Amino acid sequence: MNVIEGLLYSPSHEWVKVEGNFAWVGISDHAQHALGSVVFIELPKVGQTFKKGDALGAVESVKAASDVYTPVSGKVLEVNNALEDAPELLNDDPYGSWMIKVELSDVSELEGLLNKEAYLPLCEE
Amino acid sequence: MKTTVLHDKHLALNAKMIEYAGFHMPVSYAGITEEHLAVRTGMGIFDVSHMGEFMIEGKDALPFVNNLVTNLILPDTTKVTYALMCDESGFVVDDLLVYVIKEDKILLVVNAGNIDKDFAWVVKQTEKYDVTARNISNDIAQIAIQGPLVKENIEKIVGTTGDDLSFMTYKTIPFEDGHVIFSRTGYTGEDGFEVYGKPEFISKMWDSAISMGVIPCGLGSRDTLRFEANLPLYGHEISESINPVEAGLNFAIKLDKENFIGKDALVSYKENPKRKVVGLELLERNIPRHGYAVYKDDQEIGMITTGYLLPQVTTPVACALVPIEHAAIGTELYVQIRQNKVLAKVRNRKFYTKKYNK
Repeated sequence: MNVIEGLLYSPSHEWVKVEGNFAWVGISDHAQHALGSVVFIELPKVGQTFKKGDALGAVESVKAASDVYTPVSGKVLEVNNALEDAPELLNDDPYGSWMIKVELSDVSELEGLLNKEAYLPLCEE
Repeated sequence: MKTTVLHDKHLALNAKMIEYAGFHMPVSYAGITEEHLAVRTGMGIFDVSHMGEFMIEGKDALPFVNNLVTNLILPDTTKVTYALMCDESGFVVDDLLVYVIKEDKILLVVNAGNIDKDFAWVVKQTEKYDVTARNISNDIAQIAIQGPLVKENIEKIVGTTGDDLSFMTYKTIPFEDGHVIFSRTGYTGEDGFEVYGKPEFISKMWDSAISMGVIPCGLGSRDTLRFEANLPLYGHEISESINPVEAGLNFAIKLDKENFIGKDALVSYKENPKRKVVGLELLERNIPRHGYAVYKDDQEIGMITTGYLLPQVTTPVACALVPIEHAAIGTELYVQIRQNKVLAKVRNRKFYTKKYNK
């Protein structure tokens, strides 16, 4: 399972890439692998605000629907619409396939997320 | 958890495993889409050894089974009959296949998840008949080999061609030092065969098929294939609360038969239908799934029984149980998917044209 440096991870297998007050959120390699081929992605609307732990949308394989939870609170600035037409990108390049760009409302939440070393053991399952 | 004789082979093939009906079963190997397409265009093999088998024996076997199930069972030892076992209220105990082995020996094939419930039900019904029922599920393994290329290749797997078998017929064939039941049946909408026999025989056939390049298929594609071909699944389109008339299974209900359990109730459902399992297509991209609520405007009226975004199909489709007044083709309904109500239209349930060898 591929886990890369420089990202933060949640126990529910989302990743967060932070730049200043902004963050991009996607799902980890472990998450896409467990799900199998992704055939549908539901993204939120630009301007929606979420609290940490809210379902920001869903990713679905042929067989199963899984909610994706935002690991950070904030307002959605952009959504990656390219994924709606090509959901398989989440399988092919999970760390290149961000789902939403968020303006962080509470930067201190980042302290509760996991770095590569701390997240890796959660991918053992 | 129970396992089938092929369990180690599934693990060796790196299958994604799940618990299903108390068994540790493969849900997919290479992927549901790949397996679905293998069956539609080539050959796929399924381990269906978890299915239940009951042997009914005795002088009254035929009248007993005709009282037990909705379809007409003839003393024809080549025919396989799809039927339903209903209770007195006409709701479904299970759906099953009936193989008349001899006039006094009949094989019933039932769903894995219902084996214990079904066997108790069957035994209870034997009281007034000179028959015995044996649950032989643990002694019998089963594979399904399905797809358009199967007919040219089946001989290499089972040692006999199926050329003399048409859809829903069977024969008993020799294999090694014994026999197996070989039938032109399946649950995919495609031509193909199912084989029932001793676990070691089925295990050998599985190995031959895999070594020939037949694609191993799991429960995931079994479900997408059966749904696409409009074949019902117990617990979804039929259940203890959805009767077979509502499910559109009138072809398997013979109301002109003298009597059978649930007949009176089914007559009244047919005369005065209240609900129907309809096809739906979504007018925007999303995936309707089992249990999602269906609305007419703001009123919740029904639920999705099965739904998918099927491989190589761009429109999401589903079956839904709705009141008869909202069942007409073209009716606009909504499916509640998470926070959204997604517009859908009632359509027919023929998502795929079956390719049986009739």
